[in-house]
Amino acid sequence: MSDWRPTASLEAMRARAGLLSTVRAFFAARGVLEVDTPQLARHGVSDPHIDCIPVAGHGYLQSSPEYHMKRLLAAGSGPIYQTCKAYRNGEAGTRHNPEFTMLEWYRPGFDLDGLISECLALFGELFSNTPSRTYRFRDLFAEVTGLDPLTATDSDLIQCAEQHGAPEGLDKAAAVDYLMATRVEAALPAEQLSVVIDFPGWAAALAQTRLDTDGTEVALRFEIYFRGLELANGYQELTDADEQRRRFEQDNRLRQKHGLNTMDADPYLLDALRHGLPACSGVAIGVERLLMARLNSDRIGDVLTFPGDRA
Amino acid sequence: MASYSTSEFKSGLKVMLDGDPCAIIENEFVKPGKGQAFSRVKLRNLKTGKVWERTFKSGDSLEGADVLDVQMQYIFSDGEFWHFMDTDTFEQKQADEAAVGDAKQWLKEEDMCEVTLYNGEPLNVNPPNFVELEIVETDPGLKGDTAGTGGKPATLSTGAVIRVPLFVQEGEIAKVDTRTGEYAGRIKN
Repeated sequence: MSDWRPTASLEAMRARAGLLSTVRAFFAARGVLEVDTPQLARHGVSDPHIDCIPVAGHGYLQSSPEYHMKRLLAAGSGPIYQTCKAYRNGEAGTRHNPEFTMLEWYRPGFDLDGLISECLALFGELFSNTPSRTYRFRDLFAEVTGLDPLTATDSDLIQCAEQHGAPEGLDKAAAVDYLMATRVEAALPAEQLSVVIDFPGWAAALAQTRLDTDGTEVALRFEIYFRGLELANGYQELTDADEQRRRFEQDNRLRQKHGLNTMDADPYLLDALRHGLPACSGVAIGVERLLMARLNSDRIGDVLTFPGDRA
Repeated sequence: MASYSTSEFKSGLKVMLDGDPCAIIENEFVKPGKGQAFSRVKLRNLKTGKVWERTFKSGDSLEGADVLDVQMQYIFSDGEFWHFMDTDTFEQKQADEAAVGDAKQWLKEEDMCEVTLYNGEPLNVNPPNFVELEIVETDPGLKGDTAGTGGKPATLSTGAVIRVPLFVQEGEIAKVDTRTGEYAGRIKN
């Protein structure tokens, strides 16, 4: 007999339906338009840590609706949100499934603080009476590991990661990723919405950067953690087409260095940025993670009807 | 032997690590927001039984281990080696003491065992879950005792000592659960 039954309980399926209607009401009340963008498109993201799933003759399943939503913003959509499926090859585990649900929204005219407030307002409806606290990435990282990720030497950071079980041969950014994922996240209080801001400049992805008081580059990016889960990842968005092109090129150089296929820069996105993306902030939230936090579950399979291994 | 990348790691997969064959127990995918993904893997070293924890970068790979579990019949021991036979091909393999380990106290000639072969040689021997062995020595029990009062020790034909109820006598056949080493009944002749 095959594993034909769903892994989600009826309770979890009802929790998903309830969550989606809470989200719809939340954005309707705030005048944010629900949109729908393609999941199958010619180009995929260039981020070297994301492996897009190619579809012969079509392009890629989208790992996030970001590029298309930015094109809507550039065309003058105003504030928009959507919940959609997103796909990432090889991401499978107790908290990951190669196909998952993303809630993503963009707010023209909002700076990062404005978007963090709105995120916390939504979480307030889902997790009532949960306190929040904000940490600067470098302070939090230093408190847990004893090293400032922006000023410590590469070898100190790599050695620290290896002492805590990291594989050999990591570069500085990967060592910081390792320590963040295995030590720092684990040290955050579970019953608190922990907002982490000011990520290192090299982890900016599509966020703007600024110089910290000591001249080091930090990203205008935040993450929110709750019950040991990373729930949200937000940016004050990059709007400069030339800088976007440079990041595409930088991503592809990294991809080549690590023996990965390169990804063509998406000309539609670049043209939209050239036309003009309004100053805005945007955030992506893993809907399954939200449900896991709601149901106090530690397995993504509890909130998916059929996870990848039985879909 | 094929090699396996982290995305193929799953429970039960046999791989080589630090020169030893290992079985993957679990594989946890770890990824910070945006950035390098890792696999945190628990493996059992099939030679020593020890559990190892290792972290790999996503996309790293390990060589597969030539490890195979086969059903073989125990034939005899010459004191140094324990001999097993594949009942289909009649091919024989000899397992040394390290491979036989604790299983040796439960091995009865002609019983079928699960033998783990590594590069074709026995690495580990699992006895059947239940074996039937003759009691060769035990004190005479008290008449009328039917249920456990802690029981008494009994030596089996293989040399293993187990606890049996007081009414069980020398010459009888005891059924033993090899996973716990406990008495599980007697076989009426």
